[in-house]
This record gives sequence, structure tokens and C-alpha cells, in this order.
Amino acid sequence: MINIITSHWSELLTGFGWTIFSSVLALLFSLVIGSIFAILEVLPNKIARTIGKIYVEVFRNIPLLVITMFFYIAIPMYIVKINGFVAGTIGLTIYTSAFIAETVRSGIQSIDKGQMEGARSTGMTYWQSMRYIILPQAFKIVIPPLGNQFVNLVKNSSVLAFVAGFDLMYQGNAIASTTFDTINSYLVVGLLYLIITLPLSYYMQYLEKRLV
Amino acid sequence: MQNFIDAYSFINLRFLLMGLGVTVLISVVSVILSFIVGSILGIIRYSNIRYISKIVGFIIDILRNLPLLLIIFFTYFGLPNFGFKPDTIPAAILAMTVFESAMIAEIVRSGIMAVPKGQMEGARSTGMTYLQAMWHIILPQAYKKMIPAMVSQFISLIKDTSLATIIVVPELMQHAQIIYGQNANYIIPMFLAMSVMYFVVCFGLSLVSNRIDKRIRA
Repeated sequence: MINIITSHWSELLTGFGWTIFSSVLALLFSLVIGSIFAILEVLPNKIARTIGKIYVEVFRNIPLLVITMFFYIAIPMYIVKINGFVAGTIGLTIYTSAFIAETVRSGIQSIDKGQMEGARSTGMTYWQSMRYIILPQAFKIVIPPLGNQFVNLVKNSSVLAFVAGFDLMYQGNAIASTTFDTINSYLVVGLLYLIITLPLSYYMQYLEKRLV
Repeated sequence: MQNFIDAYSFINLRFLLMGLGVTVLISVVSVILSFIVGSILGIIRYSNIRYISKIVGFIIDILRNLPLLLIIFFTYFGLPNFGFKPDTIPAAILAMTVFESAMIAEIVRSGIMAVPKGQMEGARSTGMTYLQAMWHIILPQAYKKMIPAMVSQFISLIKDTSLATIIVVPELMQHAQIIYGQNANYIIPMFLAMSVMYFVVCFGLSLVSNRIDKRIRA
């Protein structure tokens, strides 16, 4: 294992960097998209609710790999040329945003109805009460589940290996196939993933316990 | 339009459905195996056996925090170095089972923790042993609470079997790739067809789960 680390540290570091970069990018985008669809799902308007629900249900029930491969194979063929990293990150964003929408929606719905009614009765518009009263409370509740989504996102970012996204899994495969030392290569890669995911998920468990 | 008609020929659709069959087979076998293993691990972790619970808990945490893809690679390309060379489908089932057992163990543990403590104390005070109380009193209540979490785990397992395409398991994703690999015009129709198939299976399951959950709560 030490051998792999000393002779391939630069590839491993590059992969580590790309994995984090792609996960953070996908997290930011999917937070925005997910929140938009979550709000759509709780609006009084029926059409908006249906649109939100369809988006969430469709992308929650299709494998991430299918979405990613679609952007890697079909989109460059018909619309615009994108590389593996971009295709992978778009796939991750769409897939994760559906889960984040679901999380945020349950956060919003867990806020007591009186909060909205109270805000409205002080003269705020629907959007003002959403923005200043409901969402700040909802996001506070959903921080631990969002953190768990981020852990999943980091793990899921390994699909970038399918589309030559230079991530950790991709580099690990490259190292495994040049050194033939598959076991140690994958163990090193696993350790690197754990460095990101394990502390995060322990911290989220701690936050969850403190909230309860 | 002609592309769609050509792509959805009888032979291609049958080929896709064969892939879906393998996907379902792998998912069902893995979920049954990991239900058994996961339940045992979850109960061990919950039971506070000295050292053993801590060690099992740590292993569960490690497995849960690794990408499934890495576990698949390790099973298929790593294990042969130890002299164990599984075929593609068994390798996929083994990898899925290892990963899902850890996931299910956590579901089982939190399900048991959701049962009020008085249940265990009451059962013990009637003279049952710890295992008897667990088996007859705690687990039946815990499993009822776990149904939604179990089903959503099963759904993500079905979606995750698509990752096994990397070790050339003949499942749905792999078969779709074979078809559109022969003719670039089939790319869009194939993506549409396999998305619909995954969606129908996964969404259908979640509807069933909602229904069961409502009936239990009612």
C-alpha cells in the first residue's frame, strides 16, 4: 500500500481533487435546483406542484449511471460536445437535486402551519413569508439529511470513472491496471474516499442527535 | 420517428427485457441475502456486546461510506488475487450483498431503537431471555417500522445494479449499451426505453410501499 502511495501520489491527489471539485459543484447546483423544485412542490398552485412532483419522481427512480451516460453519449452527439467531467457533474447534479428537493420539501412541510399564517397576518406576502420565515427554519432542520446527501454525492461521484472524469475511482483503476496490484490500489482509493466521507457522516450523526 | 420504430423491434425489446430480468434477479437475490446478514449485523451492533459490537459497528460504518463501485471493482478484480475468482453475476451479487448488508444493518438498528425500551424490559421481566425477547417482542415491532426504509433501500439497490455493467454483467444497462453500440441512431430510443423500465420497476415499488405503510399505520 505504501508503495502505491509513494509512486502514484500525484495521480491520487489529482483524482482526490477532481472528486471533491465535482462533488462540491454538484452539491451547489443541486441545492439551488432542488430547493426550487421543493418550493414548487409546496406551492398552492396545482400545476406547479405537479411539475415539482414529476421532476422528483422521475429522477429519483432512474439510475444515476443512466442519466450520466445520457449526457456523455447522447448530448454530445446531437447538441453540444461536453467532456466526461462535465457530463458526470451534470448527471450528479440532476440526480442529487431530486433527492435534495425531497429533503427540503419535507423540511418545509415540517414547519408548523401557524408560522406561515402568522407571517401572512403581519402583512407579508406569500414569497416574503417563505423567504424570511419558513425557509430559514426549514433549512436548519434539513442540515443533517443534506449532509448525508453530500456523503452520498461523494460516493456517487465515482460514476465519473465510467465517463473518464479523472476522479479518484478513475485514477484508482488506472493505477490498478498499470501496477497489476489491484488489491492495494483499491484499498488506497477506498482510504481516500473514507477520509472525506467518514468524518462527514459521523459529524452529521452528531448533529442529528443534538437536534433531537 | 423511423429510428424509434426500428429500435423497438421485437428482438431488441426482448433483449432489453432479458437484461431487466437479470437486473431484477441480482437485486432480489442480493436483497434477500443482505436482509439476513444485515439483520444479524444490526442486532449485534445494537446489543452492546463487549468489543464485538464496536468492531461490527466500525466495519458497517466503513462499508457504508465507500462507493459501491469501488466494492464491485474490489470483488471482481481484487479477489482473484486471493485465489477466488467469481463469475460476473455472482461477483455482482457478492458486492451488492456486502454493501447492502451494511446499509440494512443501520436500518435494522434504528428500527430496533425506535421500539420503546419498556417493551424489552417488560419482556425480560416475564422471564424471557434477551434473544427470546428480541425475537418474539422487539423484532416484529421493529420490522413493521422499517418497511418504508427497507423498500427505499431496495429501490436504490435496483438502481445501483446498473453499476455492475462495468464488469460486463448482462443486466439492463449493459444490454441497452450493446444495442445502441450497433447503431448510433438507437441511442435516444434505448436511453428512453431503459429509463422507462427502471422507472416503472422503482416507482411501482415505492407506490406499493406507500400503500403497505398506510395500511400498517391505519
